[in-house]
Amino acid sequence: MNAIDNKWIGQRTIRPDGADKVTGRACYSADLSMPGMIWAKVLRSPHAHAVIRGINTAKDEALPGVKAVVTAADMVEFPLDKSVMLGIQDMRWMSRNMLAREKALFHGHPIAAVAAISEEIAAQACKLIEVDYDVLQHAIEIEDAIKPDAPILHDFVRHEGQKSNIAGTMVIKQGDIEAGFAEADIVIERSFKTRPVHQGYIEPHACTVSCTADGKVTIWSSSQGQFMVRGMTSLLTGIPQSNIRAIPAEIGGGFGAKTIIYLEPVAVLLSKKSGRPVKLVMTRDEVFRSTGPTSGSMSTIKIGAKKDGTIVAGQGTFYLQAGALPGSPLRGAVGCSFGPYDIPNVLSVGYDVLCNRSKVAAYRAPGAPIGAYVMESVLDELAEALKIDPLELRLKNSAKKGTKASYGAVFGAITFEETIRAIKEHPHYSAPLEHAPEKGVLRGRGVASGFWYNAGGESSAQVNITEDGNVTVTTGHPDVGGSRASIANVTAELLGIEHKRISVLIGDTASIGFSNLTGGSRVTFASAMVVTQSAEKVIAQLRERAAKIWKIDPEAVAWANGEARPAGPNAGQFPPLTLKDLAAKANEMGGPIGAGVQLTTTGADPGFATHVVDVEVDVELGIVRVLRYTAAQDVGRALHPDYVEGQVQGGVVQGIGWALAEEYLYDKQGRVDNASFLDYRMPVCSDVPFIEPLVLEIPNPKHPQGVRGAGEAPLVPPLAAINNAVYNALGKRFYSLPLSPPKVLAVIEG
Amino acid sequence: MAKMHIATTINGEPTEFLCEPHQSVLDVLRNTLGLTGSKEGCGTGDCGACSITLDGRLVCSCLVMAPEVEGRQITTIEGMAQGDHLHPLQQKFLELAALQCGICTPGFLVAAKALLEQNPDPTESEVRFWLAGNLCRCTGYDKIVRAVLETAADMKGAA
Ligand code: FES
Ligand code: FES
Repeated sequence: MNAIDNKWIGQRTIRPDGADKVTGRACYSADLSMPGMIWAKVLRSPHAHAVIRGINTAKDEALPGVKAVVTAADMVEFPLDKSVMLGIQDMRWMSRNMLAREKALFHGHPIAAVAAISEEIAAQACKLIEVDYDVLQHAIEIEDAIKPDAPILHDFVRHEGQKSNIAGTMVIKQGDIEAGFAEADIVIERSFKTRPVHQGYIEPHACTVSCTADGKVTIWSSSQGQFMVRGMTSLLTGIPQSNIRAIPAEIGGGFGAKTIIYLEPVAVLLSKKSGRPVKLVMTRDEVFRSTGPTSGSMSTIKIGAKKDGTIVAGQGTFYLQAGALPGSPLRGAVGCSFGPYDIPNVLSVGYDVLCNRSKVAAYRAPGAPIGAYVMESVLDELAEALKIDPLELRLKNSAKKGTKASYGAVFGAITFEETIRAIKEHPHYSAPLEHAPEKGVLRGRGVASGFWYNAGGESSAQVNITEDGNVTVTTGHPDVGGSRASIANVTAELLGIEHKRISVLIGDTASIGFSNLTGGSRVTFASAMVVTQSAEKVIAQLRERAAKIWKIDPEAVAWANGEARPAGPNAGQFPPLTLKDLAAKANEMGGPIGAGVQLTTTGADPGFATHVVDVEVDVELGIVRVLRYTAAQDVGRALHPDYVEGQVQGGVVQGIGWALAEEYLYDKQGRVDNASFLDYRMPVCSDVPFIEPLVLEIPNPKHPQGVRGAGEAPLVPPLAAINNAVYNALGKRFYSLPLSPPKVLAVIEG
Repeated sequence: MAKMHIATTINGEPTEFLCEPHQSVLDVLRNTLGLTGSKEGCGTGDCGACSITLDGRLVCSCLVMAPEVEGRQITTIEGMAQGDHLHPLQQKFLELAALQCGICTPGFLVAAKALLEQNPDPTESEVRFWLAGNLCRCTGYDKIVRAVLETAADMKGAA
């Protein structure tokens, strides 16, 4: 399809859920209340690491107003030696993350939960719970967790035959790494560190749950997948999925972190015990201490190249913090670092390191920003050493259609080079970098690229024609950033009607077929695919109905501009039948009109991005400011350009935060010291400029509208792009994030 | 402790409620009065999702104690549209897609309205500094700033 044929695809239509969201009516997870509802609170560990010898809940249960108390003993037990998976999540870890079992593994780890007639009484009751702790030594940083005498978090974890905090290893190999380096004219090896950063959604986790006497459970909560909520709650409570209805509330940001849950099963157990609907809402402090973030990292990367810039070998070692339970995003760091390049010899190894922090959760292209940060920073040094333009160096080595990626895939019609060229040809890249007007302020420019795998997976849709000839579309994916608007555009295009005649809804687990998570940059890709197939079925029905009315062959009926017409002069002469006409006759002509499709979608090719950024550094204060930012990305097809641009702009600003300011501070007892938005410094409006998205639309041949994923790739290049720009400004390289003022000053002065 | 009886005006309507002395206005709006358009992102004055105006002044409702609103005028996001007629800022936020998840949107709209009432013709940098008390993690602020600037330009043109 190209833009000229399209009436609705690519239009900046007003989103279907917009009016509710600008008037304050949209119902997010914490907005729902129910008659008879009571409130829950979670008791959290005051220690970073401790054995739980016993929990006595007698005193709090006796407090007037308390209706129920639960601990891990009320949850289904998942023995440590047997893995039970739901998607990529292991229930051994999920259950222990929700309520600590043998040990408290981080400060803020949930120990018990109380439901009472008010939130205050519930909080009071939490204080009365007596927990007998045996406090242990803790390990917060990677260095502390992997040293030989480190306190061990889990006795069953073995690495190279020894008890260890290394819970897993991932290795990617291609070619012969030794031979590769032997061939190189130049070898650069550097080590880097990044800090864990929180996803930072503005909506804290919350749910309201109602469990009735006949064992039926209804959950209202915001998540990146109501089916995940149902599946995980079922496993952890033992209630069959058929008895659980998970209703997706509007979601106030997730960025990956809401692909898992913290509260729903706990609230279900409390509701079951108390016989009352239960509401459980996290505070921001709890969000910072006990959810997310993504991994901090320690890595070393070594690149070997020929004098002409051809990279012949790449070796990486990545230690990623998993937090208290296994599962750091190794695949992103280990695979996405070298992934975009055609390198014959690669050895990339990742280690999953346990430490006494909250268990990490997915964050937008999980692990990939870390991998790209180290790779793209070293590429900048390589370009400088070889006196090659950094974009030329990337072009020279970029993967193309048919390249066998180091992580194993053979690339299809990828468009990495196009993103590099787009930046190279953009006026930003050729504009001279002006001197700052103030003294003591230096400016610099940096570039970096990145990629994300993208994903397909299970999706379901239902398209129905209403009796008055309008349309409802239901899909199973929570809408985190405007996906309903894209679906309205696609449906309008296919049916040939005004987009305002279409209402797009997100079904609950009882009203639409299984749909996998909103994650992996998959929702627009996958839901547009199932909606297209459903709409095509509906069109076939409409043509059949018209054919029946006209008593001609369905093949002789065409559907265009929202009406059935005879396909050609031979089909006969009939006045067109509109959607309204056919809907009015639906009953007599064969019944309701509508169709659904449930599918495991495939064909989501990787997404590539290349960014250029200008910064200025105040050498007195060490403050880095972003002045100008241009981000090129191929999205295949922008069904709704505003929301694609929004993904790019939002991802870039998250990257700016990661690069310049965001980090957790811990005290000596292993407690988070900055669990608030005041002290954990995310970018605010005055910290950033306009972000220019350069959205390329090179259609993905494997998708009906040409869509590739868009949501995650924008967070991959910024860390390195900014790191490289700061070097360009100061002439000094940095090997650790964030580039916070004290760190910048130390390097300037040191 | 006995609850306090408070009489105030919310979005032009006389309103009475009972509260504990330590309850925040945000808590009362959301949990006593059912006005859930104001959001709680932090409860500590750092995100602006709970923005309201109190006697015309922009405040974080999570930082104002409920008894303090006795006899005063509150406006919330629920009072921004007139019937089914959206405020120009609301309309512009929709047209320019200045929201993604939308959780921050009520706060930004209330704050932006307060800005334009004070300064009908702000520069980009004035908009950015005024809105620096509102966090948005989705949009990178780009389309929000544009929407406020364009609304200001439209309203000036219309005046
Ligand atoms: S909730 Fe009031 S400022 Fe965040
Ligand atoms: S739109 Fe999601 S936080 Fe602003």
